[in-house]
Amino acid sequence: MRAFVNLYLALDATTKTSEKHAAMKDYFRTCSDEDAAWALYFLSGRRVKGLVKRSALKGATLSLTGLPEWLYDECREIVGDTAETISHLNASQENRTLEAQENPAKNQQKTLSQVVQEIIIPLGQQDQVQQEEVLEATWRSQTQQEVFVFTKLITGALRVGVSQELVLRALGEVLGVPPEVLAHRLMGNWTPEPSLLATLKEEAVESRKFWHQPYPFCLAHPLPDLSALGDVTQWAAEWKWDGIRAQVVKREGKVSIWSRGQELLNESFPDLATEALSLGDGCVIDGEILAYRDGILPFQDLQKRLGRKNPGKKLLAEIPIHFFAFDLLEWEGEDLRQRPFCRRREMLELHHQTNPAFGISPLVHIKATDELLEMRDRARDKQAEGLMIKRLDSPYEVGRKTGTWWKWKVQPFTVDCVLIFAQRGTGRRANLYTDYTFGVWSGEKLVTLCKAYSGLTDEEIVKVDRFVRQNTLEKFGPVRTVKPELVFEIAFEGIQFSSRHKSGIAVRFPRIQRWRTDKKPEDAEKLEQVKDLLRQREV
Amino acid sequence: MKSGRVITQRPEGLTCEAGGFTIDPWQRVERAIITHCHSDHARWGMGSYLCSPTSAPLLRARLGPEISIQTLPYGEKLRIGEATVSFHPAGHIPGSAQVRLDVGGEVWLVTGDYKTEPDATSEPFELVRCHGLVTETTFGLPIYRWRKEDHLMSEIAAWWRENRAAGKTSVLLAYSLGKAQRLIKGVGREGPVVVHGAVATMNRACQHAGLRLPPWYLVSELPEGVKISDCLVIAPPSAAGTSWMNRMGKVSTAFASGWMALRGARRRRGLDHGFVVSDHVDWPNLLQVVRESGAETVWTTHGYAETVSKYVRENMGLDSQALVTHFVGETLDESEAGEEPETLETRGAREEQQ
Ligand SMILES: [Zn+2]
Ligand SMILES: [Zn+2]
Repeated sequence: MRAFVNLYLALDATTKTSEKHAAMKDYFRTCSDEDAAWALYFLSGRRVKGLVKRSALKGATLSLTGLPEWLYDECREIVGDTAETISHLNASQENRTLEAQENPAKNQQKTLSQVVQEIIIPLGQQDQVQQEEVLEATWRSQTQQEVFVFTKLITGALRVGVSQELVLRALGEVLGVPPEVLAHRLMGNWTPEPSLLATLKEEAVESRKFWHQPYPFCLAHPLPDLSALGDVTQWAAEWKWDGIRAQVVKREGKVSIWSRGQELLNESFPDLATEALSLGDGCVIDGEILAYRDGILPFQDLQKRLGRKNPGKKLLAEIPIHFFAFDLLEWEGEDLRQRPFCRRREMLELHHQTNPAFGISPLVHIKATDELLEMRDRARDKQAEGLMIKRLDSPYEVGRKTGTWWKWKVQPFTVDCVLIFAQRGTGRRANLYTDYTFGVWSGEKLVTLCKAYSGLTDEEIVKVDRFVRQNTLEKFGPVRTVKPELVFEIAFEGIQFSSRHKSGIAVRFPRIQRWRTDKKPEDAEKLEQVKDLLRQREV
Repeated sequence: MKSGRVITQRPEGLTCEAGGFTIDPWQRVERAIITHCHSDHARWGMGSYLCSPTSAPLLRARLGPEISIQTLPYGEKLRIGEATVSFHPAGHIPGSAQVRLDVGGEVWLVTGDYKTEPDATSEPFELVRCHGLVTETTFGLPIYRWRKEDHLMSEIAAWWRENRAAGKTSVLLAYSLGKAQRLIKGVGREGPVVVHGAVATMNRACQHAGLRLPPWYLVSELPEGVKISDCLVIAPPSAAGTSWMNRMGKVSTAFASGWMALRGARRRRGLDHGFVVSDHVDWPNLLQVVRESGAETVWTTHGYAETVSKYVRENMGLDSQALVTHFVGETLDESEAGEEPETLETRGAREEQQ
């Protein structure tokens, strides 16, 4: 496992892509196929789910260190990460120095795949008492860094700043297989069996094993400026929907619906899966799933559908969904991705005329810049987040390539809010109060409108942190109520009436636009004004 | 406000009323006892200063030549009013002292900042038995535990060698008093050391106080034929991102601080490397000092004072309370910034950059 720990540390120590790439290549070149399969699994953000409860991790740590529980909790809050906390505490028993812990004699070395197969996976079958024993014994035999990485593996995603794309680039170079071919072969669900590497290396691109898998999704960059488009007539625009991006794959008489996160969605959307059966074999359509009944329903409704597997009749009727297609990737078994976008689109439209099982997202060929501006202004009325702007001659790329697909979001709504609660951040900001709750006025009282984490500069964060510490009115656990004094302009991508929220309003993607040091708390918005904003839009 | 027979906590700081003096005062007092010369302990404007002999030139370098200083060697007793005062090495930085107070047979010890693990520049920590202990708790959480000095120095030397091989200048950020000299002494034999002006001022003061250091250079005085990329450059954290750094060419930047133990703190600064080098006591040694001092009453100050105090009360069965610190809202999570407000020396650094 030490080689993988060193790889992790090397990846964690640098922000440079070239260095990360080199570290991964080194690892893949020297490790066994078994280890490579697991490394690929973990580095691409996958995890073995549902292994141990927090209470088992805590229990084992307390038993190992003899620390009181409150002190563990306090450390966890300061560090902001369970695995890291445990790695420090484990090293902190008085009779055990860091150096003694690093004595390699005490360490029978297991490989990564041995650790996973012999320790991590069996945890899932054990009761908490057994788990705590295993954890304690394992940690005892590990160095501080091994404790950290091992515990990371069992608590969640590694998050070490590499994308799947980057991992595949390194692995592809070692295997001599182009990364986009690897990406395709790894779409969907796969298990890190020892044979995985051999399968990935196989010559035949369309091996049966990958038969029902989607293509790697083509993603868009945010449009920095209209001038990035150059000649606007080379582009087409469509609405950017706020739904779930998905590919519908129909092959060998079977339908698979895949999310961008490579999850199979058939069970959440059986209605769509049934409708798509009418598609011809060897057909892959890219599009967006939306909740739709006489117009697009709030994203929260779609989330309800997403969260419920095998939904009942009632939910299906209450929140029907609709698939808005915008690209055709495969037709009659032929991969169309290298054809120009405008050709694929024509074929999609043609196919749609003969098979109305799906909707089609309207497309506008742009003739002048004004058209784009005008179209974006209408996006909000269409319940769209903005525009997708695609080059007419562009192939369907793997991942995010610059210059072929752009997303252009509408200007967000903004509301001036007052800071009312603050909580410590996690990870990079674990020692600072960075998680804020904002309110607006309802009569004499402030009601919570939203939480927001991002949008301030490091310097501002430090200032707000100081304010929080000096102006705390009350503490509830990690949350501090602060004197209502600071005003921030909060931007939202979406805002809707909602009976489930105390304020009567639900917001999407709130973020701090800027700190309004020029405003007093009484200048902040009133709830009624916010509601008016919404009512006006509904006209 | 905590009050005992020997020490009272007052707005101006920990005061011994029987002796009429205040230790590391925050506000102007007639008579100040200074544990060490970090700027959060040694402040401007006191009527007179009592400090260790090593601290005297450092104090002058920081506060100006005109201040009135009396020195007291480690271990010697001095009667002030009703109190008998003595200094004992704190192992924190050169000249740092713990202050022992004896009033009518009741002994209290104010540790100031301290570190039990010896290094090559500060006088080694001495354990003092007492009835009442006032201890610092800057790193008073069980997540903080330090490695041995030689391990740390070889880690830094290895990083330096690696950079040299890659043609990169090694820039090590460290506080200019204490940490900087400890690093120069610890790894300075490995190759040429260049220092920032703020560090140079403190080097000279320490050398004046009798500390021996390997050779070091200002960047403008680098000897003919020495490449900057072969050098270890030591600069205060405030120099990071300033134009002074432009002269260093391609760099690898690291920070030497106890806070570097946490990944979040390392990332927040966007550093290539963090070396966990602290001049404060870590958790296991803090507990050991509390235990071995024999104190029945333990007051805690700086950093995680509440936490340590609760642990001492509930898990060690001693009487303990946390002192309210002068800095409102400070939990010292970010005290590294507070360690060096503007002084003569940082002002010098700023001027050098302009
Ligand atoms: Zn200090
Ligand atoms: Zn201090």
